[in-house]
Amino acid sequence: MPDQNRRIWKFGDGINTDDILPGKYAPFMVGEEKFQSYAFAHLRPEFAAQVKPGDLLVGGRNWGLGSSREYAPKALKKLQIGGIIAKSFARIHYRNLLNLGIPVFESEDVPELLNEGDNVTFDLGTGVIIRGAEQFQLRPAPEFLQEALKEGSILAYYKKYQRFPGESYD
Amino acid sequence: MNAKLPDLRGLTLSERILSVKSGKRVEAGDLAVVPVDQAMVVDSIAPDVIRIIEEDLGGVIQRPECVSFVIDHVSPASNIEVAKAQKEAREYARARGINLFDVGRGICHQVLMEEGLARPGWVILGSDSHSTTYGAVCAFGTGMGATDIALAAASGKTWLKVPETLRVNLHGERQGNVAAKDIALEIIRRITADGATYAALEYHGAETFTKSERMTIANLAVEAGAKVGLVVPGGENFSEYDVPDWLFADKDANYSKQVDIDLNSLKPVVAAPFEVDNVFPVESYQGTKVDQVFIGTCTNGRLDDLHIAADILKGRRVAETTRLLIIPASSQVLEAAVADGTFATLLAAGAIFGTPGCGPCMGRHMGVLAPGEVCVSTSNRNFIGRMGSPDAKIFLASPAVAAATALAGEIALPESELVYA
Ligand code: SF4
Repeated sequence: MPDQNRRIWKFGDGINTDDILPGKYAPFMVGEEKFQSYAFAHLRPEFAAQVKPGDLLVGGRNWGLGSSREYAPKALKKLQIGGIIAKSFARIHYRNLLNLGIPVFESEDVPELLNEGDNVTFDLGTGVIIRGAEQFQLRPAPEFLQEALKEGSILAYYKKYQRFPGESYD
Repeated sequence: MNAKLPDLRGLTLSERILSVKSGKRVEAGDLAVVPVDQAMVVDSIAPDVIRIIEEDLGGVIQRPECVSFVIDHVSPASNIEVAKAQKEAREYARARGINLFDVGRGICHQVLMEEGLARPGWVILGSDSHSTTYGAVCAFGTGMGATDIALAAASGKTWLKVPETLRVNLHGERQGNVAAKDIALEIIRRITADGATYAALEYHGAETFTKSERMTIANLAVEAGAKVGLVVPGGENFSEYDVPDWLFADKDANYSKQVDIDLNSLKPVVAAPFEVDNVFPVESYQGTKVDQVFIGTCTNGRLDDLHIAADILKGRRVAETTRLLIIPASSQVLEAAVADGTFATLLAAGAIFGTPGCGPCMGRHMGVLAPGEVCVSTSNRNFIGRMGSPDAKIFLASPAVAAATALAGEIALPESELVYA
């Protein structure tokens, strides 16, 4: 995934799992192949067609509240988004994102500083976002998650090593 | 064993459990990898869990005795799809040596408690959000999705972000007909529906509560957004369990917040549609016509709940305009209610009984609501459409208020003072 030319897609507070993927577009309703094309179908109808691999989603408080449906973040995974930066995440959704290998960052201030349509450079390892001459630092993901994300997801990591990343740096 | 315990000074109950289980001191915000004592899977999630174990995780199940399948959410099956999923779960459990609790045995959380598969200091993951119920015996019980549960089954472990702890202090004595359900709803009203997101709730002052009452309180922890709801262990009602000597709330523990509840001032309440934190004294809705009363679920479908209902309904009749549906939380509850005459009392009063299981709690079968109908339920969620039509209304209440309502045909308070065990 290229570090450069990532677009910022900006959302507000309380984006729920129905916003991310409305229930009627669940894979068992529209098929495994194309359900991702309905991501944000109600909120941002242009999103699925225009989003590019590596683009970053920025949200406010309580991102992902609502249902535990794993297919909502799975749609974003299929669209190869580069990560989600939000002020806070709903708990079950947060785990679903990590299990699928979508990088997530919690930050109070960075979501305020980024704008819709910004073109940025992003380094997942260091958590640094560069916009023109400006630089924003995200708290890098814990080592545990970075290791898992290197393999693609926690599931993929476990498949390869037969243990969780946390067990490797005691 | 104790010699190897990590330094636990100044830790909350949830931090203590996760520290001991992970073998090193962890505090709020840390990540811990811990062994899982039970991974519980309900019927509707079982096919996903099986697929992930078989397709992604090489078919490995670390310790089958630490995995339980419970056929409870639509039980017995209501249609062919459900029947197929349950058949798959049943056959897989038998083939792999997984604990299987089949149709009629009861609701997952109740069954695990009865089977001794939830114990103080254990870590229990359930594919159902009300897995916080295990906090009643101070087990770290929490809900997770299919991938996490499958990973736990395959690896015998899980990873957790250690939550902050919000301490709830119950003071004084409850008066009149105030039930554990009223206390639990009051706690949610105070904290709000997302006030404990990511956090552990730690309940102090419930030492004299029965196991069933503690289960009601811990069950509802998730309705405040909590990851886990731990009741401080100890007291007479804990005598059936060995409580490890490291499992106590440290005086110096760090709490992110404290909430004080004065039990003396509480009244029986309802959670009005459509949020669980929309809590008011029963009086505010007294007289509201009710089409269906449902006594059951993992929140309030136990023997003591049926006893309270029988006390109110003994020798009387449910209102003609109201259906009283009772679904015992487990086969043991049903058998005990038959043995001590409670079942006969309730039948004579006009109650309809269903197979032990979840029943209409999430609107899939056995008591689904029509548009415009009003239901008083002893369950834990009153969301739009939860029990059927999105145009139906659900009020959550204690079994006492539910039974009094069934008698009156409208939301009502019990006429006389009840005796809580
Ligand atoms: S009774 Fe209701 S809340 Fe409890 S496990 Fe069943 S569906 Fe969930």
